[in-house]
Amino acid sequence: MNNETVATNTRQSRTIGRDLIGIGAIIAAAVVGYLLFPDNLALLTRIIAIALLVLSLDLVTGYCGVATLGHAALFGSGAYAAGIAAAHYGITNPLLMTIAGILGGAIAGLICGVIILRAHGLPQLVLSISLIYLFHEFANKASSWTGGSDGLSGISPDLLFGVYEFDLWGQTAYIFGVVLLLTVFVLLRFLVRSPFGMLCRGIKEDPLRIMAMGASPKIALIKMYVISGAVAGVGGALNAISTQVVGLDSLSFTQSAEALVMLVLGGTGSLFGALMGTVVFMLFEDYVSAANPFHWLTMVGVLLIAVVLFAPKGLYGTAAGFIARRLEKRI
Amino acid sequence: MSAVFDVLNLKKAFSGLTVTNDVSLSMAPGDRVALIGPNGAGKTTFVNLVTGNLRPDSGEVRLNGETVTKFDAIGRVRRGLVRSFQVTRLFQEMTPAEHVALAILQRDGRAGKMFGNFLSMPDVMDEASVLLATLGLRDLMHRKVSEIAYGQQRLLEIAMALALKPKVLLLDEPAAGVPQSDTGRIEQALADLPADLAVLMIEHDMDLVFRFAKRVIVLAAGTIIFDGSPADVTKDAAVREAYLGSYANASHAA
Repeated sequence: MNNETVATNTRQSRTIGRDLIGIGAIIAAAVVGYLLFPDNLALLTRIIAIALLVLSLDLVTGYCGVATLGHAALFGSGAYAAGIAAAHYGITNPLLMTIAGILGGAIAGLICGVIILRAHGLPQLVLSISLIYLFHEFANKASSWTGGSDGLSGISPDLLFGVYEFDLWGQTAYIFGVVLLLTVFVLLRFLVRSPFGMLCRGIKEDPLRIMAMGASPKIALIKMYVISGAVAGVGGALNAISTQVVGLDSLSFTQSAEALVMLVLGGTGSLFGALMGTVVFMLFEDYVSAANPFHWLTMVGVLLIAVVLFAPKGLYGTAAGFIARRLEKRI
Repeated sequence: MSAVFDVLNLKKAFSGLTVTNDVSLSMAPGDRVALIGPNGAGKTTFVNLVTGNLRPDSGEVRLNGETVTKFDAIGRVRRGLVRSFQVTRLFQEMTPAEHVALAILQRDGRAGKMFGNFLSMPDVMDEASVLLATLGLRDLMHRKVSEIAYGQQRLLEIAMALALKPKVLLLDEPAAGVPQSDTGRIEQALADLPADLAVLMIEHDMDLVFRFAKRVIVLAAGTIIFDGSPADVTKDAAVREAYLGSYANASHAA
């Protein structure tokens, strides 16, 4: 075996090692969360749903460099698709509802992608904001389908595999959510390392160079948007299944902006960053808003300023950089 | 030998100012042509018209006899017209192996694959390492591009272009910005280009032009004023005037 194959093999085993660490970390965090907050599994399930939204946002923003403040359109479409399937069509099998969410999110991703990718930079951002308002207003007006501002209720998912009930304690929903998150995480690890993932990273850095290689940045980005929509749709469906209601807030500008904040907090362009940002932001928000209901937003703001100023690569990016430097020194 | 690359009566004007005026040329497989000209001669516009980044007002570009004027830049690359850039445009966080692998996969229509890592695609890795070895980059193939020297980055640009297996290669100042000590390696890479490849090099460095090209084309004020052997170009009165004229203007302006 020559040196090069050895180098290639070590690189490969290193990435697989990181996959296993990632899966282990998610399971460990899930167990710790379960033990620490046994009475608040609803919050943890919501964190998982939002984590799926932030992962989905990371795919287009972190990996492809698309600026968007309307990403909840994909999440909300997934939630409404799952909710409408259950409330209007009697599709109450949770797995089928999840598939409905994936389809709803993917279609919304296709629509948003085709429109948003027509522009770059600030106009792109403005298009994304207009889209989220249009989606929101559409859901508001189509109230016979969506329940409008009252929210869509009457969602009662079946027992999972005919055994586990989505009950008030939320154990089933939580475990279902953890399994969904793990599945998505593993699939995305494959995706971001695939030739397609590399192509997207190239597009983020220099779309013109990619064109000079004979590849179309636009088609690749639209594909990524559809995948991103499917991932956000899983989160939306999980939210619809676990809370059994879908509100207009899931399709809101606020939700989109918060998702972006969480992504920046954790660090863009890494799946771990997206997960870490979501967990830290939502736990911090939950804790601070309970401790000080009047000034909690101020504290969230201070946290963000601190992270942006002192850890511009996000919590995960900064921590990973720190550890990498320490390791290098040791060698 | 029949032509692999034809430019026919290419014209382009920007708001009334004609930048490319009735330019025609033809190249056969294996040709080594240098395109030179004083600053402002319209070399960059010509390259952009040929690659499809600009649309000509009139005229045609043909590859292997097929008219490609109607295709955009991507379509022309897929038909075998590949360019390198004057300033390296590489992905700083990626390794040379990743650059070349991506180009190989794109050429084979596999860059859209969503599963599998190129590190575990032996055919791609073998081809990439052979190609990088011919350019002396194999030892660096797993380093980040941001960590390798500029001269090596220029070589990687050539490697990426070659990975696409072009029929016609446009090299835009392949040695620009490279320290004198490293230009030898680049010249070697240029000498080692595949024999059946038609190469059009845009270059300022006359030493490099004379060593590389079997034919020199001089562009001045948007038209071809000379097309012939390197030995004749310095003797040509029109060429001298174009260059001296531009120097005279430059010193006048200064």
